[in-house]
Amino acid sequence: MANPVAESAGSKFTGFFKTWEGLLVIILAITLVLNVMLAPQFLTLQNQINLFQLSNEKIIVALAMTLIIISAEIDLSVASVMGLSACVFGYLVNAGMPAGYVIVLCLLVGVAAGAVNAFWIAYVGIPSLVVTLASLIGFRGFARVLLEDKGMGNFPDWFVALGREGFIGPFPLAFVVFFVLLLVLWVVLHRTGFGRRVYVIGNNAEVARYSGVQVARIRAILFVISGVVAALAGLFYAARLASVRGDAATGFELDIITMVLLGGVSIFGGKGSMFGVLLSILIVLNLRNGMALGNITGHIQTAVIGILLISSVLIPNIFQSLKSSRPALKKNPV
Amino acid sequence: MINYFRSLHPQSLRVIALAVVLALVVIFFSSQIDNYFSPRMLNRIATSAAVILPIAIGQALVVMTRNVDLSVGSMVGIVAYLIGDFLTQHHGLDPFSTLVLSLALGAFCGALNGALIAYGRVPSIITTLGTLALFRTFLVEYSHARTITADALPSWVVDLPQAVLFSIGGFEVRGMVVASLVSAVIFGFALSRLRVARKLYAVGSNPDAAVMSGINSARVVFTAFVLSGMLAGLSGLIFLAKFGNITVVAGLGFELKSIAAVVVGGVNIFGGSGTIVGVVLGTVLVDTLDNSLTRWAVVSEFWRRLQISEFWRDALLGMLIMTAVAADTFMARSFTRLRAKKALSPETLPTTKQGKA
Repeated sequence: MANPVAESAGSKFTGFFKTWEGLLVIILAITLVLNVMLAPQFLTLQNQINLFQLSNEKIIVALAMTLIIISAEIDLSVASVMGLSACVFGYLVNAGMPAGYVIVLCLLVGVAAGAVNAFWIAYVGIPSLVVTLASLIGFRGFARVLLEDKGMGNFPDWFVALGREGFIGPFPLAFVVFFVLLLVLWVVLHRTGFGRRVYVIGNNAEVARYSGVQVARIRAILFVISGVVAALAGLFYAARLASVRGDAATGFELDIITMVLLGGVSIFGGKGSMFGVLLSILIVLNLRNGMALGNITGHIQTAVIGILLISSVLIPNIFQSLKSSRPALKKNPV
Repeated sequence: MINYFRSLHPQSLRVIALAVVLALVVIFFSSQIDNYFSPRMLNRIATSAAVILPIAIGQALVVMTRNVDLSVGSMVGIVAYLIGDFLTQHHGLDPFSTLVLSLALGAFCGALNGALIAYGRVPSIITTLGTLALFRTFLVEYSHARTITADALPSWVVDLPQAVLFSIGGFEVRGMVVASLVSAVIFGFALSRLRVARKLYAVGSNPDAAVMSGINSARVVFTAFVLSGMLAGLSGLIFLAKFGNITVVAGLGFELKSIAAVVVGGVNIFGGSGTIVGVVLGTVLVDTLDNSLTRWAVVSEFWRRLQISEFWRDALLGMLIMTAVAADTFMARSFTRLRAKKALSPETLPTTKQGKA
């Protein structure tokens, strides 16, 4: 991906606005200003919490997805894992098991799902696009089968309250978990050796392997993390809606991947930052919220996000080729 | 015997292996299901494979160039719905013009993808993930939740699924199936015989080398996406004729089916290799499994008792894709090793990936 990173000298301030993150800050500012102008109720605390709560599950999964995509892999099965975890919860709770145990079981389901992906990707060596496409179908199948076409509710009151009511002050638990996870993964990605290795693998897995990085193990860890985080998000989803169906969370992978890629993470791996992803999450949430306040329906919202995703890569590309159209022709990749 | 197999091109081996697997599957189910070889069963499998085959071929063309087209399902939906809508208003449109219109509409959607990917240099997974949503949104907004009903369609469209060209001992060769197979024959022939089509392999197996040898790789990728859209148009028309009643969810999830067929059919997901014969076999294999499993008394009885139904097929489909790709990976590896041992000259090497440069 061609990030318009400023290579020429310039003041630090203008330099920042030429980076991907800088561009995102500008887009975010525009979105916020437009929202405030269009909808006076936008700036109320309740609306701000609503804004997060409606997509809480997706943004939690997007954090784990960031690590996966930086390592040049992809996990298309996250939405199915979310659905599976939610359905396992609904099924077992209605079968009479205590919800506390079931939550632990659901997280283990997430670990297992991640491990299945990890086995094929890291140890057998099949492309993650194929593996997670197959497990997207497979895990969703398991979820459907548990509930068939029924909806399941009857969750314990405390569980539903966790999904809906404030946990710390007015902030629901999923919101708190998002910020804790954001901090943890931020530190892991940008401040630890593990994080550096993720970047190295994403840049060139062969080189990483020859420099002694245990590529397979790190990939496996990432997919297990993705699985367990998706399972947790699935539980939050069940708690917020207070009921589950076999098709719970279907299609969420599109939104999740969009948030990550819009954040400047390269689909080819090795590039991207948690800060960028946080900014793009804020942009997507605010856009959706603004459009919802302006009575724009869900499908159009999805289309706008889709356009944003494509143009986020297209526009820098166009600028780049305009800037260097003539020299670039002469020094072609030889 | 073993030496004979070694002398074969890996792709030919793949096709033979697939055919053997398909034969085993058919033999197995024929021992489990009564009347398995009945014309009804064969017709059922043939017509459901006929819908998927064109998009599987399109997907194969795109995958060969190291790209992926996730928007095929939405394109099938758009074509099925819009053409259906158009036909309800214009009953006089003849079949040929309808076909041309469907292909053109599909090609237009594909050109949109292709332009963004080949000339805008937006990665295909990003572009088609976006257009997957965009095309579907367009359809939802356009339709206003109306349904195209079979009664409103011209009679020739509704009769098309029953249109039989000729029949061999009860097995009817239907028009739709033939249309689908004709597209397979055309593309299969082109890919193995025409210089233009060989560029797809060149771009997929080594983009840099392709550019250096004078191939306009952007144009090749663009063409692949246009063709994928066009074939989605054909699928859309077949879908319309087969089901008659079209809602906005038409073709939802077809991208997964097409990728499954392509991967099972032995097209390398990293580009550069694959055959149309393999894709046809892959499509038929996936569909045969799908249709047979639903009629397998042992399974239905066993799972019914456990209150489980659909999942078995989905989970098995997932496992099948995985097994096929695992087999592919192992075979590619052992062939690379074998060839390294024999130290063949580079010109005779078939196209197999050996990691990126």
